[in-house]
Parts: sequence; structure tokens; C-alpha cells
Amino acid sequence: MRIGYYPGCSLLGSSREFDESVRALAGALGLELVQVPDWNCCGASSAHVLDHKLSLALPARILAQAEAAGLEEILAPCAACYNRLASARDALDKDPVLAREMEKVIGRPATHKVRVVNILEVLDRFKDTLPGLLKVPFAHKVACYYGCLLVRPAKVLHFDRAEDPQSMDRLAAAAGAAPLDWNYKTECCGAAFSVTRTDLVARLSGKIVADAVRAGAEAILVACPMCQSNLDMRRTESNAYLGADHQIPVLFITQALGLALGIDANRLGLQRHMVPATFAPAAV
Amino acid sequence: MSRIGVFTCHCGENIGATVDCAKVAACTRNVPGVVHSVDYKYMCSDPGQTLIKEAIKEHNLTGVVVAACSPRMHEPTFRAAVAEAGLNPYLCEMANLREHCSWVHGKADATTDKAADLIRVMVEKVKHNEPLHPIKVPVTKRALVLGGGIAGIQAALDIANCGHQVVLVEKSPSIGGHMSQLSETFPTLDCSQCILTPRMVEAARHPNLTLMTYAELEKLEGFIGNFKATIRKKARQLDEKLCTGCGLCTTKCPQKKIPDEFNEGLGRRGAIYVPFPQAVPNKPVIDKANCTFYRSGKCKVCEKVCPTGAIRFDQQDELVTLDIGAIVLATGFKVMRTDKFPEYGYGKYPDVIDGLQFERLASASGPTLGAMQRPSDGKAPETVVFVACSGSRDRSKGVPYCSKICCMYTAKHAMLYKHKMHHGKAYVFYMDIRSSGKDYDEFVRRAIEEDDVTYIRGRVSRIYEEDGRLVVKGADTLMGGEPVEIKADLVVLATAVQAQDGSEELAQKLHVSYDPYHFFAESHPKLKPVETNTAGIFLAGACQAPRDIPETVAQASGAAAKVAALFSRDELTREPQVAVVNRLPAPMFSYCVGCFLCQSACPYQAIEQEEIRGRDGSLLKTLAKVNAGLCQGCGTCVATCRTKAIDIQGFSNEQIFAELMTL
Repeated sequence: MRIGYYPGCSLLGSSREFDESVRALAGALGLELVQVPDWNCCGASSAHVLDHKLSLALPARILAQAEAAGLEEILAPCAACYNRLASARDALDKDPVLAREMEKVIGRPATHKVRVVNILEVLDRFKDTLPGLLKVPFAHKVACYYGCLLVRPAKVLHFDRAEDPQSMDRLAAAAGAAPLDWNYKTECCGAAFSVTRTDLVARLSGKIVADAVRAGAEAILVACPMCQSNLDMRRTESNAYLGADHQIPVLFITQALGLALGIDANRLGLQRHMVPATFAPAAV
Repeated sequence: MSRIGVFTCHCGENIGATVDCAKVAACTRNVPGVVHSVDYKYMCSDPGQTLIKEAIKEHNLTGVVVAACSPRMHEPTFRAAVAEAGLNPYLCEMANLREHCSWVHGKADATTDKAADLIRVMVEKVKHNEPLHPIKVPVTKRALVLGGGIAGIQAALDIANCGHQVVLVEKSPSIGGHMSQLSETFPTLDCSQCILTPRMVEAARHPNLTLMTYAELEKLEGFIGNFKATIRKKARQLDEKLCTGCGLCTTKCPQKKIPDEFNEGLGRRGAIYVPFPQAVPNKPVIDKANCTFYRSGKCKVCEKVCPTGAIRFDQQDELVTLDIGAIVLATGFKVMRTDKFPEYGYGKYPDVIDGLQFERLASASGPTLGAMQRPSDGKAPETVVFVACSGSRDRSKGVPYCSKICCMYTAKHAMLYKHKMHHGKAYVFYMDIRSSGKDYDEFVRRAIEEDDVTYIRGRVSRIYEEDGRLVVKGADTLMGGEPVEIKADLVVLATAVQAQDGSEELAQKLHVSYDPYHFFAESHPKLKPVETNTAGIFLAGACQAPRDIPETVAQASGAAAKVAALFSRDELTREPQVAVVNRLPAPMFSYCVGCFLCQSACPYQAIEQEEIRGRDGSLLKTLAKVNAGLCQGCGTCVATCRTKAIDIQGFSNEQIFAELMTL
């Protein structure tokens, strides 16, 4: 199987381990990742608050690049990239006038037919082969955290249930984990306010960590670099807000699956986490 | 030779402002067949009508064209005037100069020309008009009321009190409907059972009223005044004549854990049960899906304990066919269930309940005997959150309409709770408070001001469970969107009112229209609120739209009045614009070839087969024949007929062609 790959900036910087684990896992599953040639920024959280057309033009160019490279589908592991690309594709698909305008802006024709998929959707395609490849079951109680961008807006993404998604829970179960029913699956972690309003992020992410711990989780699984960094890198601040000392690790779903498939922890980038990926049973 | 009079109306400024009516009247005089043409400011007024009547006599007119507004508005007015002057009313036609010309065009010569054209067309039609006579059909003076809630009970009692026979059909084992489940009623807080149960008893005892509970309409045929209804009386597995309603069987039934419909699943019942102690009739039914005997072939405890030997395990459903003159639809509503709300836990939290469940919790006849106890562990809830508009006015996830009753019953719920738990906290999340009605807003103010209920304007985004309590997250939009988080013991969702299950099928069975949400459609939103588009079928209560009790009762009495008016006559008069199959003096020579495509096309089952036999009794030909009582004059058969053998009286092919050819 072959699929277009759009790593985006996070996966080259603060979340290198997401990129490493996606690539390691893809190798193990026989999935060929073809990087979109000469890709640019998706616009992230800045473009769409500054200029609506800029927020469409940036993803439009990425989609056009992918199309030119003969790709029908691109995987965007970062939830924000996924959301921006899928939203732009949807907007251009629905408005042909706008689509023509964007073609002028980016200086090339594009049909915007390239499909954008997230990592959970891609991994779901391997649900039948995964159990056969399992070497070391990831036998831990996990809280699967989806965040906001992976499932919303439902009208655009058509992916999973917006309020109580299940796809990551199914994957975790396939890796041998016990996914828990908890309350903060899709609550906001504070996202990009991590830099400007760390106090807010400490509060929002703190509540997420606290509820996962309350539910009895030994690890939080995520599929978004922003979520991971807020829950992991801001742990000192969130623990200070909670007045607690939660040491629950935050893993990408790809890392948990990678471990279950027997891939070396360092190849999955586990050493890069702030909160060490050790799985002491959580104190309830 | 036709002698036609044309009467052009200015309709004040409505037509006169853009059409030169005097010029229209003048040039119409030259149309062949027209012998008289005048214009007048208000043709529908008394002097205008007199103008027409006198002209008919003076000019010995054989036809009349009134060029004015839409025939929907004043055709009956002008036809009555023409009839008074001694002319057959169906020789009068209207040219619609207002909606079809003056209202849609600006002032111009072309507008005046178009008006003259419209009149010319109508003159050609009138030339081909034939005198028609209204159709008379007999009336069966027995009404059928479908649904035994307060709407059905009220309508049935009103009709019965007018001296007419009524059959009240209810699908569940007892009449009473949703009103019997309510604890207290707004805006007076009087007990629902205390005002309803006497009516239920009255219905059971009324000599003109026949109750058919645990029964459903199977099939309906016929037309206004002459319906034939087939009712399925579902087997109660009981000889109702022998049963004394002692209730011994219900207490001895070994099945005790079946969720109780009357208590909205908050209580339990046996497999043989009476829905509630005040049920009418007070006779049990066996729930065959859950009965041990029907599932395993063993048990029959109820039969053993029954002192009168009334249990009948071999009883079958019974079909009863009744002649019916009019029908009142009063099949009520249902509420959206809590499992429709992902953000409120998909129905997985036992302490997130809907409004009807709260009614049962608050009711003296409910599973807790009226004590405030939450479903999960029976604890008295110290904090209760009420969420209005759960699913209502929600285009993305629920229904777009307002469910109308929730603002009031939520205020009532909060009050009932505070009256039972003085120290408890009650919060209401709302969008707007819609409390228009007599003493309604005062009632809501009382909840806020006297009973100290906290109203928060904002939506609830999420509910989840934490340490045995429910965390309700929302926003207070009057405080600048400040997030609100309340730890509650019980959450009551005022879920949307929806059409009863099976409404669509029932509407199709009865040929009545329904809206996209499966509520039955009234004939006119303002002027015919209790009629349906099918003559002889009327509406009462929440089967038409969300309604509260006072409105339901008023509408039920309205529907009953319509039925009584219908039954006040011995025969009905119908407009004669119905289809007729060409039948030359010797019916053998009818153009009809007996293909019966018309029969399959007719939406009203109005086409029958007629056998033409020779003198020796041999079958010569089978022709289509229209039942004038059933035909609604829609013309579908005319369009379908391959040999042009069918015509609508007053709208024949010949007339339509004549109209077109004159243009």
C-alpha cells in the first residue's frame, strides 16, 4: 500500500517522535509513505484568524502538489494539519468560484480531489493484519484522548462520533490495551495558548490528566502533536495547578502500537518525552 | 348562441392601479359571445353583486365571467349571486386579474392587454360550460376517534353529548394517554389524575360512547359520511366479561422485572398487568413477548389464581368492521429519548432523565410514590439541573421547531422539586422563556421569584459522571459567556416533542397529509386548523403539532363541533367537479376500453369497474366508473386515460382546449 505523506512542521520539530513512530510503524505494516514534494505550511492556527483566503491558499497548494505527484490520498498525522487540509478541500469542493480563484493564487490548476486522512483512519485499515503482527501486547489501561481537531467539525470531516469517538479506542484494544470510558475525550487542551497563556493550558490540560488518572489510566494515548506537548511538556504547570504529582505518560497511538509490534522504544522516539514512558499503575 | 356578461373588478387599487379596467371592459365588449361588459370598484360588495344579478335578468345572460381576484377567495360568493339571479351557478367563472396579472406586473399597456387576454380565455371556457348540480351523499352518524388521550377523550365526549354514536379506539390497554402520567399540571398545579380520571370514567359510562382499548385501526375505506373502518382488537388473552378487575393475577405473575411503560421504565411490572391502578378499563392484558407461558410453554399461574376463570391463552386478535361518518385523529406525541444526546452521555447515565420520567418521579402514583429519589441509587437529589430545549430548536442535531410545552413544564418541574426539597438547589438552563398563555408567565416568574429556582441563559455543552455525581458544563450567556460548571445529582432534559411512532403509516392509511416531522397537516394553518385535506377527517391535539393541555382540549372540542355539524345533516352536498367516464347512450360505445390505468393512478380509490351486460345477461364490456362520493376532482385519471374517455365536470378537455385556442 502506498500513501501520500504530509508531515507538517510539528513532526519535524517539537514532535519528532510522532514522525519517527509513524515511519517505523508504516515500515512494519508495509505502508509506503510518499512525501508530498516541496510542501509548505498548512497555515496552522494562525492563517485562518488572519486571512480567510490565505488559510485556503496554503492547503490548496499542498493539495495541488500532491495531485501533481500523482497522489490520490495524503496522510496528515498532525491533527491541525489534517483539519486545515480537510477543511480547505471541503470549502473548495463546495465553491467552484473560490476554487478557480485559488488556482490563480497558487498559480497552478488543481481539482482538489486528493483525499486527506488522519493517522487513525489509516491505521484502521490494518485492523485485520494488526493482531497477527502483535509481539508484546501493550497491556495497560489507557485513556484515549482525541482532542478537538480530529473529530470536528463533523460536517466537514465525517470522521467518527464528534462527542464520543471510538476509533482510537478500537486501535488501542487491538494493540492489547484496555481502553477506559472517561469524560475528557474531546475536551480542549488549550492548544496554541501553550506559549501565550500557559496558565490557561495548565488548567485545561490539568483537568484532562486528572480525569484520566481518576478513571484509572496508566497512559494517555493521543494522535495530535499539540495535545501531546500540552499534556506532556506542560505537566509541571498542570501538576502545579492541580496541586498533584501525576506522572502518567502521554504516548502517540503510533508509539503504543509500535511497542506492541516489538519496535525498539528509541526508534519510536519514546526517549524524547518529558514525562518518562514508564507504566506504573495509576494511583486512583 | 352564448350571451355572456363580463364584470371587471378594480379590487380597490389592487387591480385598478396597474390595469386600466375601463379599457379592459370596453375592449371585452367586442369579444364574440359577450353581450354585456362593465367595470366596478368592488365587485364583491353588495352593489357589485347586485350589478351582476340585474345584468343577468336585463340581458338574459347565459354565462358570467367575473374578472377579479383568485377563485379560491370569492368564487363561492359570485356563484351564489348568480344562482340568486336564477342562473346555474356553475355557469359563472372567474378570471384572476389580481394574482395572475396586476400583482405581478407593473403599470403598463401590456398589463392591461394581458388582463383582457385572461378574460377572453375565460369567456371561451364559459361558452363550453354546462349546468352542473351538486352531488348528494348520505351520512353515517357515527364517529371514530383514534387515540384515547385527553384529546380523544374530550372529542369523543363532546360528540357523544351531541347525541351521536362514537367509537373511541386506543392502542394501549387503557385510555388516559400522556396526561394520566403527569403529576401536576401548569399553571395551576392541580393534580393531573384528579382532573382526568373523572373524564375517563365518564367516557367508559357514556351510553353513546363505545370504548375499544388495546385496539388499532387496520384499514380505512370510503369517503366522508361513508367510511368503512376495520379495527384490530388485539387479544388481551382475557374474557373481559368474566374479569372483575380484582388484580390477583397481576400480583401473582412470576415475571416482575419488565420495565413499566406507564412509569417510563422507572418502575417494573409483571407479564400480566394493568398499566396503572386508575386504568379504564381496569382489565389486565398479557404481554406475550415477556410472558413465561408464551416463551416456554409453562407457567399459567394467572389462570390458576383467577377466581372467575377469565384467562384465555388461546384468544386471537379480532377484526371488527364499522360504518363511520367522520374521524377524529388524536394519536398524540412522544418525547425524544435521552439516548439521542451524545454530549449528555447517550442515555448511559441513569440519573439523566427526560421530562416524562420526572413526571413519574414527582407523581404520587409513581414508582417512588412522589418522593424525590433519583433512579440510580434512590438518593434524594440535593441539586437538580433542568435543561430546556434538549433537541428542540436545534437544526444540527435535533428538530428545528419549538416543542412549546417545555418552558412551562420545566418551570413546573423545578417548582415541584423545590416544594418537596426546600433546601435543594434547582437550576434551569434555557435559550428563551416562551411562556405565552393565560397565567403562564406569572407561573414562570413564581418559580424564579418565590421558589428560588436559578435560571441560567445558556446551553449545556456536556454532562459527565464524576464520583457519583453529574458534572453539568454550560455557559451563562447573560454573564458574557462565562463557563458554568454545576455538580448535580439529577439532570432532567426537556427533550423535544415528536410525532408518535407510526404516524407516517397511519397518515398514509387515512390519506391525510403530514409535515416533514410526521405531524399531521391541517387543511389551512389559520382558517382550517382542525380539518385535514381529506374531507371528514379532523385533528385534535399533539398529533398535529406540540400542544399543551388547554390547547388540546380546545382543539378537540373544535374537531367535535365540526363532526357534530357534519352529522346535523342527513345528506352531504359535494361540489360536482368530479371525474366522469364517457358513457354514450349505449354504454357499449363508450370510448373507455377498460384498461383501468385510471384505477391504478387514482389516489383516492374512486374508480370502480362496471360491467355492461346484454339483454341475455352476457358480459359485453367492462368500463371504468367514478364513485362521485370518493372523487376529489384531481384529474390524474384524465391525464392517464389513453382514449380520452374521462373528463372532469366543469374542466373538460374540450373546455381547456377552447381556452388555449383563443390565445
